[in-house]
Amino acid sequence: MRNIWTIAKREYDNYFNSPLAYVVAFAILLPLGIYFALIIWISADQAMFGGGGAPEATPINWLFVFLMIFLSPALTMRALSDEARMGTLELMLTAPVRDFELVAGKWLGAMLFVLSLALVTLVFPIILNNFVTPSIDWKVVLSSYLGLVLVVSALLALGVGISAIFTNQFAAFFTTLGLFFFLWFMIGLPASYLQESGEVLNYLSLSNHFSSSMNIGTINLGDIAYYLSLTALGLFVGTTAIEIRRWR
Amino acid sequence: MIKVSGLTKDYGARRAIQNLNFDAQQGEIVGFLGPNGAGKTTTMRILTGYMPPTDGEAIVAGYDVVEESLEVRKRVGYLPETVPLYTDMVVFDYLKFMGDLRHIPDVDDRVDEVLDMVGLIDRANGYIGNLSKGMRQRVGLAQALLHRPEVLILDEPTIGLDPGQVVEVRELIREIGKERTVLLSTHVLHEAQNICDRVLIINKGKIVAEDTTENLQARLIGAERVIVRVRGEADELADTIKQVKGVRGVETKEDGAVEFEFASGKDLRPEVAKQVIKSGYDLLELRPLGMSLEEIFLELTGSETKKK
Repeated sequence: MRNIWTIAKREYDNYFNSPLAYVVAFAILLPLGIYFALIIWISADQAMFGGGGAPEATPINWLFVFLMIFLSPALTMRALSDEARMGTLELMLTAPVRDFELVAGKWLGAMLFVLSLALVTLVFPIILNNFVTPSIDWKVVLSSYLGLVLVVSALLALGVGISAIFTNQFAAFFTTLGLFFFLWFMIGLPASYLQESGEVLNYLSLSNHFSSSMNIGTINLGDIAYYLSLTALGLFVGTTAIEIRRWR
Repeated sequence: MIKVSGLTKDYGARRAIQNLNFDAQQGEIVGFLGPNGAGKTTTMRILTGYMPPTDGEAIVAGYDVVEESLEVRKRVGYLPETVPLYTDMVVFDYLKFMGDLRHIPDVDDRVDEVLDMVGLIDRANGYIGNLSKGMRQRVGLAQALLHRPEVLILDEPTIGLDPGQVVEVRELIREIGKERTVLLSTHVLHEAQNICDRVLIINKGKIVAEDTTENLQARLIGAERVIVRVRGEADELADTIKQVKGVRGVETKEDGAVEFEFASGKDLRPEVAKQVIKSGYDLLELRPLGMSLEEIFLELTGSETKKK
């Protein structure tokens, strides 16, 4: 555990050394800010004519997760592929660190970075709370953030896992992006034609467990299990890829 | 401290090392000599737990490198050939990070101590990416020394250093080697001679010679080899030369020339010349063959670039 933390800490600090992390932060926080302003503006407009409900904070989180589909591969593409390219993997693999600890440390480091961004986005519901009487529904906000953390955890674990397979960071990036794109948009598409057996595909879809579930305040075990399983799968793929590297 | 038996490693169809057997005791500096691609780095990577061998076993610091890899890695300091470093990190932070992974208590003090040992204390707050090759080499060495390892494995530790630093680093290794086990690879023969107690010469994945530096020196450069040529038939030339005291390794070549050697320091050429002339031969040539350490090394390793 201690080694995972040591590696995660280095990884986290390292994000602030690279312009990429700032680009990702910018590419997330700017659209979120604009979207938030729009939500308030439209609600205020509607309220003037007596219509529309109170503005909600959860669409912001939906956008956050949606943007992560495209941006998280950039955060994880270098995680292990760059260590392999630079040769520093040899350093890690001859240090008294288990292969799993290395992979989990990389994942946790990326997690901490995204959690820092998520922490910044907390200003949106807090500001919104000032405009709404009596107050916004904090339970839904909480559920939405839980969902966000779980989705991000799965995305980053899969990204780190894929980055362990490649030595080239761009190969890792496009493979990860392709996988997320497929899991988010495409896997559920044939479901409506397949009727009952299509349910399996619906279950595998990344978006279903968040958009129409935790993000609107429904927490159920199946959704949590889904994201945790993907996280475990990602870390397992990463660990196995590192072990295979040793034997090659 | 290091015990290797029957170690073999295949990369696909290519056999990198084949049935290596050697050991190294505590307080011993063992040099690993060989041309590029001989299997030095492969062997070191197996000993440091980086990759498992195809066959055979290696015990380092009392633990098996495959079965108890983590225990081995805790006790080994390793400087890889390419000196991989996180170039976007500050020297101090990097060493602290490596120290944290090894759970070193009071890691800050220890990092300062090690930086002082390798003479980099004034660069502690500089980025590794801005350091020269020699300085990076020393950062790598500092990393290998951090946890006071029982066994130190150094792959080409003095490559890229300027002459002054080479002397310093050799001094440092010699100092460390008094209490610990050091295995270092090099292709600078002079270096092996200079700091190693024992030398293993490896070629094409096999050990071709193993001896203490003194013996190897005696065997390799301790003897000077001379070729003698006379006019006409020289059937008994060899016997004639053998009569001179101190001459050894007398050998008659196909073309009738005779080669012999004598311990260096005591030149027997005048005596041999007198003896040859006294026996009625017309001496045509008496020429030292000048087997340098380099040439013998090339001989042993059977390199194609061997001088004529």
